[in-house]
Amino acid sequence: MSMELDVFVGNTTIIYEEVYQLWLDGYSVNDAVKMRKENGALSECEASDDVLQSDTMDQYRTFQMCERLLYSPSKLANQLLFQIPAHSQTMLIERYYEFDHNFAREVLGKKLSKGTKKELDDISLKTGIALRSCRRQFDNFRRVFKVVEEQRGPLVENVQHHFLLSESLAKDYAAVVFFANSRFETGKRKLQYLSFQDFAFCAGQLISYWTVGAVDNMMEDMDVDLEKEFLHDLKELKVLVNDKDLLDQHKSLVCFQLREKIRVFTEMEANFKNLSRALINIATKLINTKDVRDLFIDLVEKG
Amino acid sequence: MPGKLKAKIVAGRHLPVMDRASDLTDAFVEVKFGNTTFKTDVCPKSLNPQWNSEWFKFEVDDEDLQDEPLQITVLDHDTYSANDAIGKVYIDIDPLLCSEAATVISGWFPIYDTIHGIRGEINVLVKVDLFNDLNRFRQSSCGVKFFCTTSVPRCYRAVLVHGFVEELVVNEDPEYQWIDRIRTPRASNEARQRLISLMSGELQRKIGLKVLEMGGNAVVGYLQCFDLEGESGLVVRAIGTACTLDKISNTHTSASATNPCNSSPSKDMKDSPQAVPSALGCRSTHSSPVHSASSRLSQGFSVSVPTLLFAGMKHRHRSSEGPRARQCRAGFGEETPGVPLSSGPPTPLRAQTFSSFSPSKSYSRQSSSSDTELSLTPKTARICQSPSSPTLQSKSSPIPTTKALRSTTPPPLHVSLSDTAMLRKSVSFSEDLLLAASGMGSGGSAGKEAGPLKALLRQQTQSALEQREFPFFTLTSFPPGFLLHVGGVVSARSVKLLDRIHNPDEPETRDAWWEEIRQEIKSHAKALGCHAVVGYSESTSICEEVCILSASGTAAILSSRFMQDGTLDTEHRLSRQQAPVFTSGAEKGEGDMGSSASLGFEDLMPPGCGFCHIPYDELNMPFPAQLTYCHCCRRYKVPDVLFTTIDLPTEANITGKGCLIQARLCRTKKKAQGEGNATAISNLLPFLEYELHTQLMNKLKLRSMNALFGLRIQISVGENMLLGLASATGVYLTALPSPGGIQIAGKAPSDITYEQHISNMQKKINDTIVRNKELYEINPPELVEEVIGSPIPEPRQRSRLFRSHSESSDEVSELDLSHGKKDAFVLEIDDTDAVEDIHSLLTDAPTPPGFYSCNTEIMPGIYNWTSALQMFTSVRVFRLSNVNVTNQGLNKVFNDLCENLLKSLYFKLRSMVPCCLCHLNFTVAVPEDELIQVAVTAVAMSFDKEQSLENGRQIVDKTLMKAITENEEQLQFPLELTAESSSSAFCSAKGLSEVSGPLPSARAPSVDYSSFTDRCSSWIEQLRLKAHTIRRGSIKTMSSLEKASPLPEGRSRSLRSNRSYAGGSVAVVKMTPLSFLPGTKIIKYLGIINMFFIRETTSLREEGGVSGFLHSFIAEVFAMVRAHVAALGGNAVVSYSMKECVFMENPNKNQAQCLINVSGDAVIFVRESEIEAATPQPHSASAHTSSSGEGT
Repeated sequence: MSMELDVFVGNTTIIYEEVYQLWLDGYSVNDAVKMRKENGALSECEASDDVLQSDTMDQYRTFQMCERLLYSPSKLANQLLFQIPAHSQTMLIERYYEFDHNFAREVLGKKLSKGTKKELDDISLKTGIALRSCRRQFDNFRRVFKVVEEQRGPLVENVQHHFLLSESLAKDYAAVVFFANSRFETGKRKLQYLSFQDFAFCAGQLISYWTVGAVDNMMEDMDVDLEKEFLHDLKELKVLVNDKDLLDQHKSLVCFQLREKIRVFTEMEANFKNLSRALINIATKLINTKDVRDLFIDLVEKG
Repeated sequence: MPGKLKAKIVAGRHLPVMDRASDLTDAFVEVKFGNTTFKTDVCPKSLNPQWNSEWFKFEVDDEDLQDEPLQITVLDHDTYSANDAIGKVYIDIDPLLCSEAATVISGWFPIYDTIHGIRGEINVLVKVDLFNDLNRFRQSSCGVKFFCTTSVPRCYRAVLVHGFVEELVVNEDPEYQWIDRIRTPRASNEARQRLISLMSGELQRKIGLKVLEMGGNAVVGYLQCFDLEGESGLVVRAIGTACTLDKISNTHTSASATNPCNSSPSKDMKDSPQAVPSALGCRSTHSSPVHSASSRLSQGFSVSVPTLLFAGMKHRHRSSEGPRARQCRAGFGEETPGVPLSSGPPTPLRAQTFSSFSPSKSYSRQSSSSDTELSLTPKTARICQSPSSPTLQSKSSPIPTTKALRSTTPPPLHVSLSDTAMLRKSVSFSEDLLLAASGMGSGGSAGKEAGPLKALLRQQTQSALEQREFPFFTLTSFPPGFLLHVGGVVSARSVKLLDRIHNPDEPETRDAWWEEIRQEIKSHAKALGCHAVVGYSESTSICEEVCILSASGTAAILSSRFMQDGTLDTEHRLSRQQAPVFTSGAEKGEGDMGSSASLGFEDLMPPGCGFCHIPYDELNMPFPAQLTYCHCCRRYKVPDVLFTTIDLPTEANITGKGCLIQARLCRTKKKAQGEGNATAISNLLPFLEYELHTQLMNKLKLRSMNALFGLRIQISVGENMLLGLASATGVYLTALPSPGGIQIAGKAPSDITYEQHISNMQKKINDTIVRNKELYEINPPELVEEVIGSPIPEPRQRSRLFRSHSESSDEVSELDLSHGKKDAFVLEIDDTDAVEDIHSLLTDAPTPPGFYSCNTEIMPGIYNWTSALQMFTSVRVFRLSNVNVTNQGLNKVFNDLCENLLKSLYFKLRSMVPCCLCHLNFTVAVPEDELIQVAVTAVAMSFDKEQSLENGRQIVDKTLMKAITENEEQLQFPLELTAESSSSAFCSAKGLSEVSGPLPSARAPSVDYSSFTDRCSSWIEQLRLKAHTIRRGSIKTMSSLEKASPLPEGRSRSLRSNRSYAGGSVAVVKMTPLSFLPGTKIIKYLGIINMFFIRETTSLREEGGVSGFLHSFIAEVFAMVRAHVAALGGNAVVSYSMKECVFMENPNKNQAQCLINVSGDAVIFVRESEIEAATPQPHSASAHTSSSGEGT
């Protein structure tokens, strides 16, 4: 006395975002049914539990079948298996590649390898994000990383082009890729207070100003790596600490720029010398890979 | 000889990784046609190979071109071992053989493997150069167009309808050949796919030849089916309607474009003089003789339901509203609406009566004797093999029927009829009757009675039909004016034992079986006074070695207008004769035939009630139906209930909305083998049909409706049970009397709790009826109580007179007729059956708000469709382990299964509300012992809910249609009118007001009956004006609706447009089981799609279990259909259907297999809004096509 088989296939594949999100979040079918019920799905159409269960199953199956295509989103547009309206395609992709910042914060700067994948259990426990969802997000990072790693041109655009993501999401991925590539250490306790968004902002700045592509627009090189020469040149900054005139000049320029722009301006102005020295010390050491990795720790500790 | 097929392999993409080491594939392609094979180069190490091959050319006979598919195999080159197949593509090149269809096939096709499913895509170009072959003895039939659509295709005009074509081919099933033991499942599946593809090609070619012989150029309503008979072979059979079609020029299109429900060639009606008002009756016949020829068991089973015809006028007579539930239906209980439940068990006896009417010709069955008295004889009863219920017998005595028949027939005939000896030879009986009747009529002496006149008329049209063996039409909707009267549903079933087909080239047995059934159908139709069967279809259900063959259709009278094939002269002569005859009939005041004037009127515009009028004459009823005067025209008789298998005619007047009505039944059966099994099934069938019918009737009443359209009864046989599922769309036909309520009566000695119980139930039922009336907006106009003085009682008296003259024993039944059915429908809950019935009545959950459902093309009563639509297939398999295997238990399970499936559909489609599920096509099967499989294919279409709009549209649709007619007829009409008697003018006036007025006024019961003629002509003027203005308005409405639709079709999504997708997107292909897409105009038919796929897996769990497996398979089938359509240059499939979905599993072995057969018509459509824009330059249609192809 049981339903052996129960499928519903439409010529047009209609994606219900609500269920899709539950799937992405890693809920099992039964949990998803419960959640939907709580959200009042039943009242919508005088549906019973069975109906909800069957509908959820159908959609989960559809998502599973689509998942393969989502690995390379450009396939979604010219695959023949599912006829999905264009706006749904966009939504499918965008949502699939969206990630929890809490999760991203945990893996930020880690090597996107199988080894890290084994830590996902812990991360799942720590963040409260379902393991399934963690895996998806981690795999997304890896996939994006693999594709973009070797590519020339602006990182954000590469991500956007290959994965058909929105600009803001592409920027976040760029940050993840950038951190993973440079292996910045972000896991130390002292850095815990910093959020993913904080790092993402830094990454954006670094990408814009410190990478090969940023330094030389003509060079169609990668955005991923920091420009070695540039780091080398940072040594020269020592003069800003050593030479009093330059220090003052530097101070006045910075203060002029930052006046009215930051809240801690007065403190900054007062401590400028110390700050500047610490920063420049960090900067001059950036030739070593180890020091690059510790950039953020150093900034927090010594800055 | 004459054909050169050219194919070019362009590229592949998304190929699977075949070489694990390199994660790449070295792909090449084999292109095979017939015995010739070409290969492309190997494209090494690529998942997206570019072959860009030369043109591979095959020089072949056109016969082969029709039979064979082009077979493309993609392989992975392997230096050291055998090459691995990646998958195949079969391309049916038939569409290229027809000049009017596609010219090139070009596009991406999914590469399909029966084990792995779709594995990448391949881009192919195919062309055909065809040389003309003037050889008269040729075996090919290139150029004959095939359409699955069961109406005249939208951009064509039917010049002639030639009639029924059928063919079948048989072969051994590769799955059951000895070699299957040693080859791989893949090889076996491919052999099967290829064989079936070949057989379909051959079948189509053979049918094409028949069409050419008949002088036609197309087959409409082409229905092809597979019978997988297992050990005994594989049968592919097809039926269709041969036609001569004319392409309508583009200028015409804009006019009819706004009216998607209206088939185009409305103008053709102008000179069909044959308008015969007919009536409807519901009749069912059933004969279940064991027929001993070749020791096979067979059971015939037939049922017919009456038709309605309207003359387009609208008096409203209330006279006979009361008595609806006929105590005695002569017809087989099942089909006869109005069978009172009171007597409990079905009355096979009655059924027998019917079958006697339509004696089946020539078989060696002892059975179905003759009509009249015979039915009462023990002999007949015995033949029936079904229990006869004494109650019914006494109450319903078949005598009235008989009598009616007699009374109308002219005396000499009468005599011969009563002669039992003659009756025994059944075939001759019905034909004799008709002949005799017509003889009378033409002599002009028949003036006294309408009957002979009618018969004559019938005879005339019949002459065109009679030359054909089977006057059957697979069409379900018709050009206006084609369908004159509908008699009712006729059906026949036969149980056969399968054995090996010894000589595949001479499939005589299978042919004979079908021949037998068709004969039976034909004779049933005759018994209903009809010369044709429309909405005809055939089906089978096979379990082991037992096979149930079923055929059903709707008996009807058609206008000869479209059928004069080669016999033009006769037709004309006959039709000329008609007029005087009719006039005389009219003088007699026999409402049935009406006056010649009314005929003239009907020519012009098909009246909204004409088809409801009974085709048999009232004194000659094949079964005792309750006749009343038509509530629209008040001139002609209509039955109380009408069952049909066709779509609701566009011109029909209905009140409120329709809804899906299903009767579901499950009956246990003992396991048995061979003949024993066949006998058991034969014995069960009549009960099954009867109960299905009763359920349908009850549910119909409960919804306050009086007619069923699109009736489809499926009986499916399993090892230990029989499943019956009847689906239809119930509507309230304005012309028919309003159904009374359902009254529950208990026979048991009254004790108080019991009484209470009954009254509780009664209350529930009454409440439900009231609720349903609101839900479906059924507010039939209050009828004026003019019953008593009205003409109605008079004929009745007269008929009574006739009857009593002819036979005195009549009295009893007469009394029954006039009493006791005031409110009439009585359910007695004496026995468990009835309780069950009532229970099932009340358990049908109403559709959730915003939803409607029907199994016809469109929902009666909804007109303002938006363009949002979603076609879907849903399959469920239910395992019955632990189910209490009693009839009740099974019934409940089955009923719940269907109900839950529907509920689930509503839920899934909730985003489209308000919407209607159209063409809900349920298929049930019993794949294994404890499994019940239900598959549904349907389309959900949104509509705009604003009521005012809706009414507006309705009027627009109707007026438009009429307007088209009128432009043609305009001159003729007034002339005719003035020439006619005032009574005729009166009719016309009524008809017009019905048509053109806003609904309320059309319903108003009081109409001034004076000065009709003047009014008529002014009406026409007004009408035309209105039509023009409204038309313009309606188009605008539609386009605005489109924008508001919940599933926006436009590709312009901000996000999307920002992105650049590699390779561009795939063109959208719409699919629908309907013959049209709302808001669009089909501008070209590209050919038929008929595909057969097998999918098998040996890793069921890994693929997500049975559901995962089937889900992806169905999705793949859709994808392949879409790809083929797109490659033909089309952007939609219409009349799509899934003919077969056979699913088998073996979870223990982790295996499953599924076969799916789908078909449809590939088309190009353009949006109406675009047509509108294009009207200034009408010739730019093609440009629009291409743009819409991408843009939608």
